[in-house]
Amino acid sequence: MAQVKVTIDGITLEVPKEYTVLEAAQKANIDIPTLCYLNLHETSMKSNKASCRVCVVEVEGRRNLAPACVTPITEGMVIKTNTMRVLKARKKIVELLLSDHPKDCLVCTKAGDCELQNLVEKFGIRNSSEINKGEQSTYPIDQSYSLIRDMDKCVMCRRCETMCNQVQSVGALAGVERGFKAIVGTAFNKPIMETVCTHCGQCVAVCPTGALTERENIDEVVKAIANPHKKVIVQVAPAVRVALGEDFDYPAGSIVTGKMVAALKQIGFDYVFDTDFAADVTIMEEGAELVSRIEKVLKRETDVKLPILTSCCPAWVNFYETQFTDLLDLPSTARSPQQIFGAIAKSYFSEKMNIPKEDMVVVSVMPCLAKKYEVERPEFNHDVDISISTRELARLIKQMNINFESLKEAEFDRPLGESSGAGIIFGTTGGVIEAAVRTAYEKITGESLEKIDFYELRGFEGVRTATVKAGDLEINIGIAHGLKNARMIMDEIRAGNPRNLHAIEVMACPGGCIGGAGQPYHHGDGEILQKRRQALYKDDVANEIRKSHENSEVIALYDTYLKTPISEKAHALLHTYYKAQERI
Amino acid sequence: MSKYTMHILVCGGTGCMSSHSIEIVENLKKYIAKTGMQDIVQVLRTGCFGFCEKGPIVKILPDNTFYVQVKPEDAEEIIKEHIVKGRKVARLLYTDPTTERHISDSKHMEFYKKQMRVALRNCGFIDPTNIEEYIARDGYAALAKVLTMSQEDVINEVKKSGLRGRGGGGFPTGLKWEFAYKNKSDQKYVVCNADEGDPGAFMDRSILEGDPNSVVEAMAICGYAIGAQKGLVYIRAEYPLAIKRLEAAIHSAREYGLLGENILGTSFSFDIEIRFGAGAFVCGEETALIHSMEGKRGEPTTKPPFPAASGYWGKPTNVNNVETFANIPVIFLKGADWFNKIGTEKSKGTKVFALAGKINNVGLIEVPMGITLREVIYDIGGGIKDGKKFKAVQTGGPSGGCLTEKDLNTPIDFDNLIAKGSMMGSGGMIVMDEDDCMPAVAKFYLEFTAEESCGKCTPCRVGTKRLLEILEKIVAGKGTEGDLVTLEELGNTIKDTALCGLGQTAPNPVLSTLKEFKAEYIAHVRDKKCPAGQCSALLSYMITDKCIGCTACARNCPVNAITGVVKKQHTIDQSKCIKCGACINKCKFDAIIKG
Repeated sequence: MAQVKVTIDGITLEVPKEYTVLEAAQKANIDIPTLCYLNLHETSMKSNKASCRVCVVEVEGRRNLAPACVTPITEGMVIKTNTMRVLKARKKIVELLLSDHPKDCLVCTKAGDCELQNLVEKFGIRNSSEINKGEQSTYPIDQSYSLIRDMDKCVMCRRCETMCNQVQSVGALAGVERGFKAIVGTAFNKPIMETVCTHCGQCVAVCPTGALTERENIDEVVKAIANPHKKVIVQVAPAVRVALGEDFDYPAGSIVTGKMVAALKQIGFDYVFDTDFAADVTIMEEGAELVSRIEKVLKRETDVKLPILTSCCPAWVNFYETQFTDLLDLPSTARSPQQIFGAIAKSYFSEKMNIPKEDMVVVSVMPCLAKKYEVERPEFNHDVDISISTRELARLIKQMNINFESLKEAEFDRPLGESSGAGIIFGTTGGVIEAAVRTAYEKITGESLEKIDFYELRGFEGVRTATVKAGDLEINIGIAHGLKNARMIMDEIRAGNPRNLHAIEVMACPGGCIGGAGQPYHHGDGEILQKRRQALYKDDVANEIRKSHENSEVIALYDTYLKTPISEKAHALLHTYYKAQERI
Repeated sequence: MSKYTMHILVCGGTGCMSSHSIEIVENLKKYIAKTGMQDIVQVLRTGCFGFCEKGPIVKILPDNTFYVQVKPEDAEEIIKEHIVKGRKVARLLYTDPTTERHISDSKHMEFYKKQMRVALRNCGFIDPTNIEEYIARDGYAALAKVLTMSQEDVINEVKKSGLRGRGGGGFPTGLKWEFAYKNKSDQKYVVCNADEGDPGAFMDRSILEGDPNSVVEAMAICGYAIGAQKGLVYIRAEYPLAIKRLEAAIHSAREYGLLGENILGTSFSFDIEIRFGAGAFVCGEETALIHSMEGKRGEPTTKPPFPAASGYWGKPTNVNNVETFANIPVIFLKGADWFNKIGTEKSKGTKVFALAGKINNVGLIEVPMGITLREVIYDIGGGIKDGKKFKAVQTGGPSGGCLTEKDLNTPIDFDNLIAKGSMMGSGGMIVMDEDDCMPAVAKFYLEFTAEESCGKCTPCRVGTKRLLEILEKIVAGKGTEGDLVTLEELGNTIKDTALCGLGQTAPNPVLSTLKEFKAEYIAHVRDKKCPAGQCSALLSYMITDKCIGCTACARNCPVNAITGVVKKQHTIDQSKCIKCGACINKCKFDAIIKG
């Protein structure tokens, strides 16, 4: 790579010529402050609209200040990042932002996690008269089951817009109006619930301020626990345990399952279960569906189609219900693990423990905001009553005066607490399909799978394909994470499936559930996602049981209750249907 | 045109059409028909003559008689007297304001004497809807010549001419073409920026209305030079007449084989499409313009990448303004050396200005670069209206600055205007007199830029709004001296940090008036007075002892704020007065003063 010599604040260094001033400064260990800029190298997310102007620097020979985030370096460039002119300008910029920003930081959801607040603190902005002058924007609050849009707090960084359009290709959010009234809005200012929004919440994950936040449901959980007539059951999704620690200052990738379970018990949940158990059930159902569809297609029966699409991700379900309404016969009809858990808890477990389901409150802890939306889908009859995010769980633990670090590790309760390694890797891109293959292989061949790790299905590329051999059968598998990648692969299917894919796994969030919008904020550090992912694979290997169909509690569930996968009972409880959604 | 011996040219620009010039054309034709001379006298609707103050204009050839402020009912007299009897209609001739004598030939009028028409060469001379008239004036000869040259030679000729972009930035046109030429691609685009948006400016509109073929020809020349097969004109939808004539020009050019496949039998193919803008000022900025053409939100992006490298749909794109293009055919017909002898050292050729404001001769003018502001305002413009005192001239539209008496001898060119704190811009020139209040003028421009800001970057979105709020405070008499410091500091920050040209220049009207008219600002914030007598919040009307008690003022006051008995001095109740000025206008004894 060709190198270019630049001088930044007196430090001369050589950097690749493709670098921007910001990247060159990072190389020189100079921290130029940024606000709108976000680059998650690990995914395709890069937002560099250069709209906030916080990162401006002085470039010798240039008339005005240059935004470091998008200014390419040139040979011999002399840059100054901390002159009086620069300091004054960037301070003024933040003052301007504050002048049109609510001052209710004390009670803002984002307090302590707000990137604007951090800049105010960093720049030492104290003069309250400057920031209180002039008209303030006021917009009505708009909310869905998943998220809240408080546009008074928007700083027009447009990260959400980049995420929604470039990364997710959903197109629910875009800049509207102009001048002082310019804001990120929906088509025709419709409520977000009436738009094509998938509620994936990735906009929330990248919003630097409190303009986009999750809808909180902690209070409902506390209320349920406080009610002596209710048995409160909690299920925890796989990706939560590898991220929750971050909110308690553990390094990214720490597996805190034991402490998490202990905390949940201390909070007062009557039963602490694992969504991984439901993930194993999902595999039983989805795996059986896959095998049955392949067999039918091989027999040239025409009532089923391939490829089968995974259906565990609720944002992905929302996406294809709005965008691929002509292909609604492709997804697996299996419910998501969250809903499978809810259905089993309120039938099998309710009967087994003799707890009337009316007296039961099922809470889920999810890395996800779309799960909040899924909970409200009428077809699921509130099998799951409340869904909270990883961040909300951290907040709840703190509210309950629990010292997380000093907790003694505890184990999930039985029977819905047993899980396999296959269930654990549901939390990362490629995990669901690997789990399915582990089971499908043995079902198809009747042989025991020796090499359990399917490395060919792992990775971080947006779209991946691999062929897995099961006996004489070659199964062509596609994997996509991030909805734009999903759209690409679906466009291919719509165009006749030229690569003859048999099964496709899709996760709406870049990275899968580890990158879910309910996880602790990554603040642009994409490495965090990689560490969470590695932790999941580590946890898989640590598990003695690594195939869903070997989970003894799952075997018991089928033996005593459901009989076989895709049986009539299983169908009624664990499967769903899809309908086209006309949205804008 | 050979069979006709006389031609009657009637201005068909938007302004004159609003003053019924179409009816004039119809009436002229009607009376010509009555005389039976329709085969030897041609009536033509042309583009703009420029002298809009005196429109509608009717010009008779070959004797060059220039009739002004013609009404439809004058047609009969023009035909009967001038055409039939050969007697000029004296009452419709232009009267020189100083000598008070009639002038019948426009070339003897002060308004035209110092003008030099290059870009406007055909405006007011040919029928813009007839391509043959354009061809008769050497139209498309430049394209034919260019097609025999190499691409490099074409670009070198433009470089040698010294032509700089007329849209505002003044970037060397030849260099811009060269960048687009050097970027290799399977597809390139030529874009004509016809998104003229400065308040009061109508240079580009007039060219497109009066001589659309020149732009079409120039775009084809540019396409050949940079290696593009496709041209796009981005024009605001509020210019229906310009659109209509441009569409007609493109259509005729296709019919004549001057657009389309294998132009003039060569291997060069080129065609033009029109894209409509919705009138956002920021879409005149080339990256915003391109995004708008792509159907995206019209907002600018940082350069680099420049459009020459990555423009329309990511392909190399050359964007030039209408007036820039209008100069191109002439450069090839008369040669770069002819062109670069006009103007100053670094600004070659001419510039079209829309002259407006408190000036006698409002209109569209084209002058050689290097002419002084004084010549433009006093010689061409005929000085300040109603004998008032000159105060300032605003150049460069809402992004420009105000220049004062001391700058009047400055030769107009790109660099001089910037050095004086203003800019050439696209050619708006608004003259202000002693009655204009400078903080109010600054507020007017800020209202425009704050409204037209796309809202993308912080300094422009919030900063211009805050500047405007402070100016509103000042003209309302609520400003403080501290506000003046904030204006300057904030203005400089916006200039230093905004993303595109709109934001970077938005504070210019504030900063330049603050510099040149500080005392006027201080009078507003400290003494709570508006020296120009414009800011109603800072005015009070008083009746002096000159009052004879005629009661005219009291009778005309819309809010009954004036009381008094007949033949006694009246008084104004300040709490009721709305400062409308009706009393001053009615007082015959100069007994009412404001201050």
